[in-house]
Amino acid sequence: MYEIISMKELVPSIFEAIVKAPEMAKKAKAGEFLIVMADEKGERIPLTIADYDREAGTITIVFMTIGTSTYKLAKMKAGDSYYALVGPLGHASEVKDYGTVICVAGGVGTAPIYPIARAMKEAGNKIITIQGARTKDLIFWEEMMASVSDEHIIMTDDGTYGRKGLVTEPLKEILERDGDGIGIIYAIGPIPMMKFSALTSKPFGNLTMVSLNSIMVDGTGMCGGCRCNVGEETKFTCVDGPEFDGHKVDWGLLMDRQRIYLDQEKEALDKYMKEVE
Amino acid sequence: MGEEVVKKPKRKERMPMPEQDPKVRATNFEEVPLGYTPEMAIEEAIRCAQCKVPACVCGCPVNINIPAFILEIAEGNFAAAARKIKETNALPAVCGRVCPQESQCEEQCVYNRMGRAICIGRLERFAADYERENDLVEIPEKPAQNGKRIAVVGSGPSGLTVAGDLILLGYEVTIFEAFHKPGGVLMYGIPEFRLPKDIVEAEVNYLVQLGVKIDYNTIVGKSIKVDELIEQGYDAVFIGVGAGLPKFLGLPGENLGGVLSANEYLTRSNLMKAYRFPEYDTPIITGNRVCVIGGGNVAMDSARTAVRLGADTYIVYRRAREQMPARSEEIHHAEEEGVKMMLLTNPEEILGDENNMVRAMKCIKMELGEPDESGRSRPVPIAGSEHEIEFDVVINAIGANANPLLTKSTPGLELNKWGYVVADEYGKTTKDKVWAGGDIVTGMATVIEAMGAGRMAAMDIHEKVMGVPKNKDPSPEALPDDMECALPSGKQP
Repeated sequence: MYEIISMKELVPSIFEAIVKAPEMAKKAKAGEFLIVMADEKGERIPLTIADYDREAGTITIVFMTIGTSTYKLAKMKAGDSYYALVGPLGHASEVKDYGTVICVAGGVGTAPIYPIARAMKEAGNKIITIQGARTKDLIFWEEMMASVSDEHIIMTDDGTYGRKGLVTEPLKEILERDGDGIGIIYAIGPIPMMKFSALTSKPFGNLTMVSLNSIMVDGTGMCGGCRCNVGEETKFTCVDGPEFDGHKVDWGLLMDRQRIYLDQEKEALDKYMKEVE
Repeated sequence: MGEEVVKKPKRKERMPMPEQDPKVRATNFEEVPLGYTPEMAIEEAIRCAQCKVPACVCGCPVNINIPAFILEIAEGNFAAAARKIKETNALPAVCGRVCPQESQCEEQCVYNRMGRAICIGRLERFAADYERENDLVEIPEKPAQNGKRIAVVGSGPSGLTVAGDLILLGYEVTIFEAFHKPGGVLMYGIPEFRLPKDIVEAEVNYLVQLGVKIDYNTIVGKSIKVDELIEQGYDAVFIGVGAGLPKFLGLPGENLGGVLSANEYLTRSNLMKAYRFPEYDTPIITGNRVCVIGGGNVAMDSARTAVRLGADTYIVYRRAREQMPARSEEIHHAEEEGVKMMLLTNPEEILGDENNMVRAMKCIKMELGEPDESGRSRPVPIAGSEHEIEFDVVINAIGANANPLLTKSTPGLELNKWGYVVADEYGKTTKDKVWAGGDIVTGMATVIEAMGAGRMAAMDIHEKVMGVPKNKDPSPEALPDDMECALPSGKQP
C-alpha cells in the first residue's frame, strides 16, 4: 500500500500529494516519472516525479484535476492509500554542468521542472527560471523555484503578477541577448507551451528538452500507446523518454493523440461527478 | 460413412463441450465454452484406454500423469483428479482452457489417428473447475523449509510454474510483478471470454496459500535490479518477463490515433477491464470498422474483443487461411462470431483524417509463391491490386520483440541478436545464479511451453542450489508401473 502522508491544494485545481514509497524515493532521479492508480477500478496514469525525500522515504506528486482519474486522486486524503504506484520509470534528465540552464515552467509544469532545476543547480549550473501561469492565483512553488534559481522571472497571461505575457517572450529576449551562453533549455508544461517554447528557441539552435506526458497503460514499453514522432523516428515516451528534443517532436500529432479518448473521458467524468455529488 | 457405423461395434466419438451460441456470445464477455457436466466428463473419461505406455504424457510439456487423472474422473473422484494434475501443474484450470492440446497431449493419444483423441484438455478443465467451484481445493502440507530464497521475475506462466514447483520443495519464493495483478499474459493478454480472470486469480491464490509471496508494482530493471536481488541474498533468480515490446509494420500513418498494438488493446480490455467502461475508468476505442492485422491467436483474441465491443471486424492477413498460425478452434470461433477474413491482403499505408485519426488502410492483394524459410508459401504482391478499405481502428497483432528493460540493466546476461536471453535447455543463463524461461528466451510461444520452461528451470535450480539431481525428461517407460489399465469393470471402452 502506498499511503498518502500529506495532501494539499496548492492553488485552485492543482494538488500536491506526498506519498510513502521508500523504495522509489531511494532510486528517484529528476526527470523520471511514475504510474499511479487511485483505486482498483482506476486508470494507470503517468505523472512526473515532482520531488523525493530519500531519508523520509517519500515521493511528491503534483497534478491538475482534468479527468476522472485526477479528480479521484484529488479527493483522496492523508492517511488514504493508492491502489498502485509504480516507478521510477523512464530516463532521468541528463544532469551535468552546461554552464547556464534556462528552465521554462508553464502552469503545473513547475512541479516536474523543480527537481531538474535543483539537480542542475547542484551540478554547478547557473539557473534562469521562467515561471508562467494564467493568473497570479495559479502560481505555486514560487519560493522553491526561487531557491534553486539565479534569475527568476514570473509571467502571467493577465499581468496580475510578475510580467504580463507568455513565457516565450523572456525566453526570446534572453536568447537574443546571450544565446551562445545558454547550455540547455528545459521547457515543461502544457503541450502548446512546450511547442511554442521549442519554436522560440529553434532559430537560436539551443538544445531544448521537453517532457511529454503521453497517454500510457503499462509504462514499460509493452503497449506502445505513448508513441510519438520525434524527428523521423517513432519513440515510446515511457521507455525512450519522457524527455525529448523539443525541436524534433511532431507537436500536431502529439496533440491529436492526446485527444483519442476525449469523448470517453468526458463521459467518465460526467458519470463520476454525478456519483460524488 | 453412416453405414459403416451401423456395421461395426460403435466406438464413441469425442464428447463435445457445450458452448454459448455465437450470436449471443458475440455480445458479451462471458466464457464461450461452458464446460462438461459430471456426466459428460465421466462418459469422456471412460473412453480412455489407460495405455500402459501413455504417449500423451510425453506430449505434455509438464508431463501431467494424464491416464491417472482421467481414471479418477472415470471413477467419479473429481477432486482427486484435480489433485493428481496439481502434482505437476499448478494451473490446471488455465491450461485446460488455453493449451493447444491438439498439438500436444491429444496429438499423441492413440485414438488420435482415428480422429477421436480423448478430450484431455476439456477433462483437465472439468476437474479443476469442479474442485474450485465446490470448494474442494486442499492446500498440501507445508514442506520442510530448506532456507533458500528464490526470486522470480514476472508472474506469467513460466514464473508461476517455477514458483509453484520450488515452494513445494521447501524454498522461500518471492515473485516480482510489474502490474498490480498477477498472471502476466494470462491476465493482460488472454480475454475474459477465453480465460476468466477470476480463475487466473484463484489459481494464483492457490500458490499464495502454498506460501509464494508476490510483490506487485515492482519492475525489475527499474524498481530494483537483478544484481540487487542477488546482493539481497537470493540464491537464484528466474527471469520470466515475457516478450513484451509490440511490433509494428513500419507503415506510413502507423502513429495515427486509432492505430494500436494488440498489447495495448488487449491490456486495456483485459487487465484494465475497459470493456466495462465507464464502470472501470480506463477507456478503449470501440470503433465502427475495426481491422486486425495478423493471423495468430493474439489477432483472433483482438478481433473477437472488437466484435464484442460492437464493431464490424475484419482480419487482414497477408497469407492464406491454411498458413494462419492461430489454433483452428480460435479461427473457427472468430468466424462464428462474425469476424470477416481478408486473406492474401497486405497493408501498405494507413490513412488519416484532418484530426490524425485513422480513416482507411491502403492494401495490396497477394498471391502465394515459393516456400520461404518458415516453410510456408511466400506471399507475393499482385501488381496493380492496390485498394483502399475504410477502417476507424487498426490493431497490430503481428508479434512482439524482446523488451530490453530488464536485460539491459543486467550486466553479464548474454542476449542473442534479437535481444532474447541466451539460456541452455534448463533455462540457465550465462549469468551466475540467474535462470530464464518463456518468451524472453524463445520469443512468442504458448502458455504451456513457458510453463514447461519453468519446470525445467525449477529442476535445475533445485539441483544447483540444493544438489538434488534432476529427473531428466521423464519418458513413458520411466513412468510408474501402477499406470496399468485399471478402469472399473464394465467401463472398458
